Amino acid sequence: MSVPFSDKTAQIVGLALEVKGRSLWDDARRRLFRNRAAVVSIVILGAIALAAVFGPFFLAYSFDAQNYDIVSCAPDWWPDHSVLCNAGGSHWFGTDNIGRDLLVRTLYGARVSLAVGLIATLVSLVIGVTYGATAGYLGGRIDELMMRFVDVLYSIPYIFLVIILMVIFNRNFFLLFVAIGAVEWLTMARIVRGQTLSIKQKEFIEAARAGGVGPVGIIARHIIPNVFGPVIVYVTLTVPASILAESFLSFLGLGIQEPLTSWGVLISEGAAQMETAPWMLIFPAAFMAVTLFCFNFIGDGLRDALDPKDR
Amino acid sequence: MFSYAIRRLLGAIPTLFIIITLAFFMMRVAPGGPFDSQRRLPPEIEHNIKAAYNLDKPLYQQYFLYLGRLAHGDLGPSFKNKDFTVTELIADGLPVSAKLGLSAITLALLIGMTMGTVAALRQNKWVDYTVMSGAMIGITIPTFVMAPLLTLIFGVYGVSLFGYDISLPVGGWNGGALRNMILPVFVLSLGPIAYIARITRGSMVEVLHSNYVRTARAKGLSSTKVVIRHALRAAVLPLVSFLGPATAGILTGSLIVEQIFGIPGIGRYFINGALNRDYTLVMGVLIYYATFIILLNLAADLLYAVLDPRVRYAK
Repeated sequence: MSVPFSDKTAQIVGLALEVKGRSLWDDARRRLFRNRAAVVSIVILGAIALAAVFGPFFLAYSFDAQNYDIVSCAPDWWPDHSVLCNAGGSHWFGTDNIGRDLLVRTLYGARVSLAVGLIATLVSLVIGVTYGATAGYLGGRIDELMMRFVDVLYSIPYIFLVIILMVIFNRNFFLLFVAIGAVEWLTMARIVRGQTLSIKQKEFIEAARAGGVGPVGIIARHIIPNVFGPVIVYVTLTVPASILAESFLSFLGLGIQEPLTSWGVLISEGAAQMETAPWMLIFPAAFMAVTLFCFNFIGDGLRDALDPKDR
Repeated sequence: MFSYAIRRLLGAIPTLFIIITLAFFMMRVAPGGPFDSQRRLPPEIEHNIKAAYNLDKPLYQQYFLYLGRLAHGDLGPSFKNKDFTVTELIADGLPVSAKLGLSAITLALLIGMTMGTVAALRQNKWVDYTVMSGAMIGITIPTFVMAPLLTLIFGVYGVSLFGYDISLPVGGWNGGALRNMILPVFVLSLGPIAYIARITRGSMVEVLHSNYVRTARAKGLSSTKVVIRHALRAAVLPLVSFLGPATAGILTGSLIVEQIFGIPGIGRYFINGALNRDYTLVMGVLIYYATFIILLNLAADLLYAVLDPRVRYAK
């Protein structure tokens, strides 16, 4: 016998349908946008990225055009009037030691540095997630062996490995990206493995297995989407780490080669000239510091937003 | 405990072996050798030079020759610094690097622990916020930005405080004179200071809320005594496991600091060796660093067991 819906029931059901469900990600987004430091960082970072991508098109100078009439000249607004010369024109950041416009070079450096950060992180993401999820899902002897290998790599200070890689591959531009990514994946693999170990016990994995999904399918479609939270937090921390690594190498002369440039190269050139032309050091250093701060604040904000402990 | 130490020490050997093997073959597949130069050498001379360094033999023979000599503690001759063996070069730079690194880590522990403790005691007050923002700066701004900036301020512009000129030399080692050491040691320790302050603050806040600290306070002990005798002892434990990463950080940082301040340590040999393709020198320094870090991690684990009676390495 079927009970006919009363009007009342229909109303309640209707109301329930109207309330939109809030997913974990909706919640996380709301919490992230309530974090003022993170929001400001996102805006600043967006501005720097836009300036890096589009800025050079609107500037009057090319990044490698040299003008020997204005070598190491301060910008016109520079407060210290004892400088040798003022660059004039629209050299708002002054010029470097062979008369190139520093603003354009800083923006070009931003392009390279941000690209390194993104590509290296992508490489580390692909390797780390695949490796960690595989080790965690397979478990047992294989897991032990795979993580032991990670431990071995951990005991080498990774920057030394990258230096050796750079020496071998003759400072190749793209290999630099890959090399940094290839050594940044270790922590990612550990995080993903830990998450995988706890997730693979859950019922929905069992259900998938009962439904006849193979290990590759389970890892790709059921495990990886569920480790996304901690991974995305770590990604925001890997980007600045990669930018730092590249700048570190470039500073030592083992990274990006002239006439191309990155913040590390600019800071290195600036450090060499800082007694006569401090602007060559200050502007790239400031850009880099601000970028690193932004990534750190976004990372902190994301962690707070995604960490279920705070809920 | 003893058997654990032995087992860990034995476990370090394959690790080291893998590192040596990786580094050896990576360096050798590299295009361009140490004796490639602008000027072509007559083939006989080139052949003789290569024979003298065993570079004419097949790769696997070179590998076993290298391993054999390594077993006797011989890292081979330097390819670029003629008449020097790698061991001599490392022995030459080691005292300088060791002094620099040890000073930096000591300074970092002193300042970092003090700052972290003070911040924890004034949790969520302005002192806490100041210290933590300072730590954020220390973590974010890399050594290679900090070093030139501080040199610019203290070395180039010069600073005077209460009428005293406190400008510092911008470079050189001068046999490790205090004045020459201040800037490099400070720059090198900034990162570790920040991390140590953060870790100390975190664990200290936790410890200060624990029951036994409340008991100690209830017994009527003075605040200083509670903090130093009871709280700090438990709060430094996480620092012990940070020793490994901290040392790795200081080794990495010393590459930059030695380069910027012109300090003749092993970091400079590593960079110059890498730029000049001085295989044996780079390998030697890498093996040296790796051994050091592995041993230090082991020491940290053992120290942890000694300090924390709850940790037992059974099995």
